[in-house]
Amino acid sequence: MSRIGVFVCHCGENIGRTVDCAAVAQACGELPGVVHSIDYKYMCSDPGQALVKQAVAEHKLDGVVVAACSPHMHEKTFRKTVANAGINRFLCEMANVREHCSWIHEDREEATQKAIDLTRFIVEKIKHNVPLEPIKIPVTRRALVIGGGIAGIQAALDIADGGCEVVLVEKEPSIGGHMSQLSETFPTLDCSQCILTPRMVEVYQHPRIKLMAYAEVDKVEGYIGNFTVTVRQKARGVNASLCNGCGECQKVCPNKKIASEFDAGLGKRPAIYVPFPQAVPNIPVIDRANCALYKGRARNAKKDACKKCEEVCGRKAIDFDQQDTFLTEKVGAIVVATGYQLYNIKKEQDKEAISGYGEYGYGTIPDVIDGLQFERLASASGPTGGKILRPSDGKEPKTVVFLQCIGSRDPAKGIDYCSKICCMYIAKHTMLYHHKVHGGQAIVFFMDIRAGGKGYDEFTRRAIEENDALYVRGRVSKMYRDGDVIKVLGFDTLSGEPMHIDADMVVLATAMRPQPGIESLAQKLSVSYDRFGFINEAHPKLRPVETNTAGVYVAGACQAPRDIPDAVAMASATASKILGLFSASELEREPLVAQVDQGTCAGCFHCVRVCPYGAVEHFEVKDRKGNLIKTVAQVNKGVCQGCGTCQANCPSKSVELQGFTDQQIFAAINAF
Amino acid sequence: MKIGYFPGCSLDFSAKEFDTSLQAVATSAGMELEEIKDWACCGATSGHATNHLLSIALPARTLALAEEQELERVVAPCAACYSRLATARHEMAEDKKLFSKVTGILKRDFTNSVQVMNIAELLRDNLPAIKEKVTHPLKDLKVACYYGCLLVRPPKVTGFDDTEDPSSMEEVCRAAGATPVKWNKRLDCCGGGFSLSRTGSVIRLGKEILEDAQAAGAQAVVVACPMCHSNLDLRQKAIAEQTAKPLEMPILFITQLVGLAMGISEQILGLNRHFVSAQPIIAKATVKALPAAREEA
Amino acid sequence: MAAKTSTDKASFKPRIAAFVCNWCTYTGADLAGTSRLQMAPNVRIIRLPCTGRIDPLFIIKAFERGADGVIVSGCHPADCHYTSGNYHARRRFAVARDVFGFMGIDPKRITFSWVSASEGGKWAEVVNDTTARVQELGPFSAYREMEARV
Repeated sequence: MSRIGVFVCHCGENIGRTVDCAAVAQACGELPGVVHSIDYKYMCSDPGQALVKQAVAEHKLDGVVVAACSPHMHEKTFRKTVANAGINRFLCEMANVREHCSWIHEDREEATQKAIDLTRFIVEKIKHNVPLEPIKIPVTRRALVIGGGIAGIQAALDIADGGCEVVLVEKEPSIGGHMSQLSETFPTLDCSQCILTPRMVEVYQHPRIKLMAYAEVDKVEGYIGNFTVTVRQKARGVNASLCNGCGECQKVCPNKKIASEFDAGLGKRPAIYVPFPQAVPNIPVIDRANCALYKGRARNAKKDACKKCEEVCGRKAIDFDQQDTFLTEKVGAIVVATGYQLYNIKKEQDKEAISGYGEYGYGTIPDVIDGLQFERLASASGPTGGKILRPSDGKEPKTVVFLQCIGSRDPAKGIDYCSKICCMYIAKHTMLYHHKVHGGQAIVFFMDIRAGGKGYDEFTRRAIEENDALYVRGRVSKMYRDGDVIKVLGFDTLSGEPMHIDADMVVLATAMRPQPGIESLAQKLSVSYDRFGFINEAHPKLRPVETNTAGVYVAGACQAPRDIPDAVAMASATASKILGLFSASELEREPLVAQVDQGTCAGCFHCVRVCPYGAVEHFEVKDRKGNLIKTVAQVNKGVCQGCGTCQANCPSKSVELQGFTDQQIFAAINAF
Repeated sequence: MKIGYFPGCSLDFSAKEFDTSLQAVATSAGMELEEIKDWACCGATSGHATNHLLSIALPARTLALAEEQELERVVAPCAACYSRLATARHEMAEDKKLFSKVTGILKRDFTNSVQVMNIAELLRDNLPAIKEKVTHPLKDLKVACYYGCLLVRPPKVTGFDDTEDPSSMEEVCRAAGATPVKWNKRLDCCGGGFSLSRTGSVIRLGKEILEDAQAAGAQAVVVACPMCHSNLDLRQKAIAEQTAKPLEMPILFITQLVGLAMGISEQILGLNRHFVSAQPIIAKATVKALPAAREEA
Repeated sequence: MAAKTSTDKASFKPRIAAFVCNWCTYTGADLAGTSRLQMAPNVRIIRLPCTGRIDPLFIIKAFERGADGVIVSGCHPADCHYTSGNYHARRRFAVARDVFGFMGIDPKRITFSWVSASEGGKWAEVVNDTTARVQELGPFSAYREMEARV
């Protein structure tokens, strides 16, 4: 027989005004198993809690029901109180008679009856509560950072500087990300490379950072504090430990006509290449799709077509037979910092929901470029040496039209959100253009100028007021090529006039989208993402860098469009979260997780299919001799978040969610 | 399969040739058109500019009649009619309240099940049958396919082709043996209903459209809307006053072009009804007849 | 439960059980409370972590124990605290609906809704609408009548 104590709170007048608390206490006192039932003005006050403590000791209570406010308000308070009184804190539950009763009803009789009912449910439920102990999980004090752009670099450096080891995985041959492609950065116009490259070198030289460039995350297993990550090191065709980055191989490579990814297609590179001179690590990669040797081998040619790079390499570092290798890393936390790609306006899109711009010729007009391409044109290290020259004929464009919100904020194109950075970088582009092309006219079509940020509005104003950029509020309805010029038909919504502009070049501020493949990575990590592919944060305001999977954090533009200061701030925030996590050697978790009765489990693994976290594993039950008896489900307590979906789906009722067992719920319903 | 036919007011009179050519082409290609009995005005311009409910209820009545005739699809050759019918269908499908309001007005058993097609869609969907009947392919004929504003817009309502880069009319023209040119103004507005109220604007727009078609090398402009036709054909005389020499650009309904390729006589196709002579085009069709003679015109 | 024996519709006070998730609807109901939104006093909430935890048997059991109506409510699709528990619930109840009919429970007695943590007003609407609907349907007596026959 249970020994339950019921404590009914008046909450001053809040409950007492409409609920007859004394009557509730009396009615509950008559319930079987209840040995003590009282009401009091303020249960959460010190004397109120003292009453609970005293009663636990005096009446040897094995269950405490507090009929008061919402458990979201004071469950923690009262559980702490009973724990201090010497019984397990999970033997305390609350009945919500304030938010769900006294505050929403006026009829005293009805409200009192409802309060009695609600308390009775909990009394019946608590009879089946059992003591639960927090789950303790060991922590591997080592972090994985996925993505080596500015966000990943910052996170890796902050964690490493905090004393923990970091594995930094970057899929491209070099770290640096999109920031390394930029010319100058807003709102200070400092050179992007100048501020970034020292940090890249710092990563390379840091004793606690293991850099894995040209590698991708293949598999993620485990849970917070205990992840096992398999990383695929893609074959460079170059032995990284022998190569000294002299660059001779690139000079002799006969195929130098490949569009350079780093120059956004505007420059050329050889088949064996480092993406840019300041690349980290400075080790070349052979582009197998374009290398004559590999193309020949794919055709089963009898002889290798070209081995010029191998011949010239003094260090004998070229290794044509190199294969992808898989490495396993144990880490305790993961940062996702995979960054963005730019939306293209082409007819063919990678997602059905997204469509291109037929009105701009689906990207078939030469001299219509995107923002990153303009960055490369403006960059001193770019294909034109920093001169603004249009791609088609290398002429200096005298009229350049900049279009903002291309794709962004347009549900018809499938991208409803604002890409955030475009207003600022277009203003920067007009300034760079004004400085570099004297007498040139920049015309910007904008929807709104969103320049929120320190020094941002001043910056866009400078573009307009001091750098002669003509800002037109309106959209461009159509663009087509007419001889040497691009006809741009737009509308100035402020004057109400249509505008026909003969442009020499058009720059599109195309939307920021998450990197391709983000969905499959998110699935490997069991983190959720929105319909655009951006990783969801655990809470948009209060947990902005955590994900719904414990131990996985998010930084930079893979979570939403972000500029550099934002991405860096997020990265440092993830580092601080992770260093906090790593500050203890063991983690404690609420024990409200699912548990499998392996005796009755039939091994249908319905639970595996419905679990949102991949927390259910296969477990082999063996006899003493090691013979397999059956395979059953087993819940990993470190991963389970306690939703209970497995339990509702289990045909044999072999899995129970602690704290919400069938016995507990049915007891409450039976009290109806 | 039977296809409902909603001629609308234009095809009943000012664009009679659109009606006759469509009927001839449909018969030849084995499409069975059945006119909706007692159809009413689609409510274009005046209807939808004044009263939203009226602009939905008017076409809804026609669609309800089509449903009573057990028609699953209705073709509305006029782009404005098509737009009104398709818009009404779309809005009623999206808005249950509006739908019940309209059925209340109609006092008919109406489920809004009829598909609305325009002429480009109808022809494109019947390309194999059309190709089979082409005996006089219009080789060497360069045409500019002019969609105008309403045929493919708005995307939510039309959806049969790419709104900003459509290809259905080009496909049909290619089937007739003609060569569509690439040009810039095929989706621009001709001025539509402003033909009488703001003639100056219509002339300016028509000039821009026709000059662009000519610059692209087109020998004729193919249209799928009676309004576009009249604006581009009828106004060429006025346009000529602003150009160095007359444009002399024949404007053909897409059904006339297909009819020519099928060897249907120019009288049936109503080619004599145009202000700008289509004679050079007709000549191309008759000269290039295939050896296999047609049985009937 | 005296009211239950009365066949007089006006004096009939429906008893309604609500199975709600902890994160959205329970918190939404809390918000209705802090906003002092007055609503029908007929609904009794049973808190669960997620709608994904709700077994259709809970609903049948509630009817068996004298409920006249049941509300199931959780996070909006795509907003589930546990990512996808509400999707599983939605599928489960799409199928269970037929079973309820087969078990003699008029599906009109069961309300499925999504109420987020910020929709206190919507929760009040759900409570009032369901109460009014069940009031109209009258007491759920099929099971008690069956018991009486046995």
